[in-house]
Amino acid sequence: MARNALPPVRRGLPALLMDRSVPGRHASTLPVCDVPLSPLPPADLLRDDLPLPEVSEGELVRYFLHLSQLNYAVDTTFYPLGSCTMKYNPKWHDEVAGWPGFAQVHPLQPEATVQGTLRLLYQLQQFLSALTGLPAASLAPLAGAHGELAGMLIIKAYQRAHGQDQRDTILVPDTAHGTNPASAAMAGFKVVTVPSDAQGNVDLSALKDAMNERVAGLMLTLPNTLGLFEPNVLEVSRIIHEGGALFYGDGANFNALLGQVHVADLGVDVLHLNLHKTFSTPHGGGGPGAGPVLVREPIARHLPAPIVQVAEDGTFHLVTPESSIGRIGGFAGNFGVLLRAYCYIRSLGAAGLREVSEQAVLSANYLRVLLKDVLALPYERTCMHEAVFSAALLKAHDVRAHDIAKRLIDYGFHPPITYFPLIVPEALMIEPTETESKETLDAFTAALSSIVREAREQPEWLRSAPHGAPVARLDEARAARQPDLRWRPAAP
Amino acid sequence: MTYSPHTDADRVAMLEAIGVDSVDDLFADIPESVRATRFDIPSPLTEQEVRAELSRLAGRNRIPEVSFLGAGAYRRLIPAVVDEVVGRAEFATAYTPYQPEVSQGTLQATYEFQSLVCQLTGMEVANSGMYDGATALAEAALMSARITGRQRVVVLEGVSSAYREVLATYASGPDLVIDPIAPGSLPLDEGAACLVVQQPNFFGYLEDLRRCAEAAHAVGALLVVSADPISLGLLRPPGHYGADIVVGEGQALGNAISFGGPYVGLFACRQEHLRQMPGRIAGRTLDAEGNPGFVLTLQTREQHIRRERATSNICTSEQLVGLACTIYLAALGRTGLRQVAELCYQKAHYAAARIAALPGWRLPMEGIFFQEFVAVGPRPPAEVNAALLRQGIIGGLDIDGRIPNGMLLCFSELHSRHDIDRLVAALDSVGGE
Repeated sequence: MARNALPPVRRGLPALLMDRSVPGRHASTLPVCDVPLSPLPPADLLRDDLPLPEVSEGELVRYFLHLSQLNYAVDTTFYPLGSCTMKYNPKWHDEVAGWPGFAQVHPLQPEATVQGTLRLLYQLQQFLSALTGLPAASLAPLAGAHGELAGMLIIKAYQRAHGQDQRDTILVPDTAHGTNPASAAMAGFKVVTVPSDAQGNVDLSALKDAMNERVAGLMLTLPNTLGLFEPNVLEVSRIIHEGGALFYGDGANFNALLGQVHVADLGVDVLHLNLHKTFSTPHGGGGPGAGPVLVREPIARHLPAPIVQVAEDGTFHLVTPESSIGRIGGFAGNFGVLLRAYCYIRSLGAAGLREVSEQAVLSANYLRVLLKDVLALPYERTCMHEAVFSAALLKAHDVRAHDIAKRLIDYGFHPPITYFPLIVPEALMIEPTETESKETLDAFTAALSSIVREAREQPEWLRSAPHGAPVARLDEARAARQPDLRWRPAAP
Repeated sequence: MTYSPHTDADRVAMLEAIGVDSVDDLFADIPESVRATRFDIPSPLTEQEVRAELSRLAGRNRIPEVSFLGAGAYRRLIPAVVDEVVGRAEFATAYTPYQPEVSQGTLQATYEFQSLVCQLTGMEVANSGMYDGATALAEAALMSARITGRQRVVVLEGVSSAYREVLATYASGPDLVIDPIAPGSLPLDEGAACLVVQQPNFFGYLEDLRRCAEAAHAVGALLVVSADPISLGLLRPPGHYGADIVVGEGQALGNAISFGGPYVGLFACRQEHLRQMPGRIAGRTLDAEGNPGFVLTLQTREQHIRRERATSNICTSEQLVGLACTIYLAALGRTGLRQVAELCYQKAHYAAARIAALPGWRLPMEGIFFQEFVAVGPRPPAEVNAALLRQGIIGGLDIDGRIPNGMLLCFSELHSRHDIDRLVAALDSVGGE
């Protein structure tokens, strides 16, 4: 309990850039103009004020480093956000992405001058196909949800090309990430939710009932957000295919399946992968990511543009598939992220990638077993890459999942995802990944055990947590009620 | 090399705790009939070997001493502090700030980003960024359709064709109609959800934003402007003309061109449309002790709360790229960004005057341009560019398909007078070949 006696540490936040701005300071040096001056456009087209901060380089660095230190990050602490796959990101990948031979390549250069980049992208397409069994890939989508949107538009195009214009509905299990129904809706589909059964699987009879000639496809996350692999996946696939629908696989949790199964063999027709998760690129505080989409051969002609193809003479080209859903981003995908994924696959190889899923699943199950008596485990079965617990029993002490999460911060851990999946009350969704040691998992377990003890003995201490963070618990309701979304000058 | 710390002893201990004999048992839910053991991936290489392979690949890319290619992706001077700060692992290896108390760094930086985007564009509110400039424009059109309840998106022909293609892809979801028009065909018909304008336009020239705003607002449509952020160091911002939504490509603000990504879309709008805005938004609030702090806010617009009724499906976007923009804008500051914009303008105008004076070359467009313009030469651009490349120069974008023998040339603070003179001499010799 000594920990509880520590005085709160509140460093406070640094002043904003505009509030520390002093006219005349600057943090950059620009070349002098070495060409004869032309008259500027007429004054009414020019701005008379440019309200940007004026700071010195030293102040700028100190400010942002101060900000950085207010974050928890994978490189500083265990960060077990479920379904986010917060694994260690190899440093040399970042360095390679900065090489001028890659970083200084313009996306509109003549193709003959970018053969190295195109070859790399072509090989990455091949690698992802080899890992999934789906023969055609487009690396264009810029994030997971962007890949979902591409996938939904592909399904729409495919159904229309087959005279199935009436298929205006996508089925989505109730465990799905919010992006699934949002992506389907954005592609113009109606969304029908399919419930889960008592084991956390898709309820097969409900699925059969939901199938009809209006259904264009089913979106299924593999494994699902409960961290469970659908043992009836082949039956699910049979039901939807017999009903004339396509099987969309959400690969957000592909870290569990690397080197274990070709998802094409499960019946998946269209799949997106989150390269920033499974293939280990830094998550950047919320991006950039990359969400390539992969499909079966008959669907390949609908892939988003561009894709990389190799010509008979061995040269590589960006092409638009014949019935493409079109261009989905300004250029050819998030190359800097794609390159890092390439490095990861190339340096791990098939055996290494298989080992990733083995170690990740081993770690998640280890936590599942250690924590099942600390928190409640709503689905008592082997999990895959993550385990979902419920803190519902602590409601008796007026302690919520939220409070446990905030208290974990004081123990030096980033909290897991809370209140998701929606079907688990007071959910805590924990994904340890393969790069956390047994010692870390043991320490995390000890922290949670201690917190659950605190919940019974001094619940108010949890309700007011965190005590050791730069700020106390933040008022999110106030933020939404009185939006303060940008700097404004202080009233004189 | 899996980066996993588990030793054989760890694995044994963990399996024992779990109560299974082997890791394979943990995968029992995957039907035996589909379990795979063969994946056609090349044998693993060491870090040094992959570096060597990548070095060979990079060597097959041609990185010219000097390039005049722009058209939506811009090489610029980037102060070293940008990469230094963006590379900090505390920023780079964090994720979405779902837990604000341990994400104040990311959140305050995002609030700074939103503030600077507003100040640059002259708009009231901004989000934390979209995937890129093209998707930001497409989302702005969808947002306009939601706000007005109308299905027709009118796009000026000066908008980049790549952006228009992305818009068409996004519009195919809600079945919006895209209606491209020439500036001469203003005013608009009733029934338009928005008028989409690129400033400067794809060819580098300024559109008449005042006239565009009047035309859009006269029929109850929104004005959507896709603005080049560097140009806003010099030009009156779209917000001052009454734009309703301003988007833009943030790459030029401190990010490498990197073959087209990762970039970041800037997205700002008027306060009244805030709740229809897509994407994440950071807001300032108070903590339980009454001190200021930051959170993600207005999340009831977003997919993780609203699911199929969300304003967009966007989740992870381009936070770290946005951070680079923030640092870049702060490093350049009030005077620096103006200087960069003026340098671009001056270099482009010097080059334009010299190219226009070359025999066989002309500038087919009239009006005011910023950093890019179209030059028409005596021979197809592909031939011209091939000749330039032999001299170590990457020429302009080949737009022969839109303007016969046309190339779109881009100039920036990176080009010295000597670089431009080299280009001019090379174009002259190409013309005379």
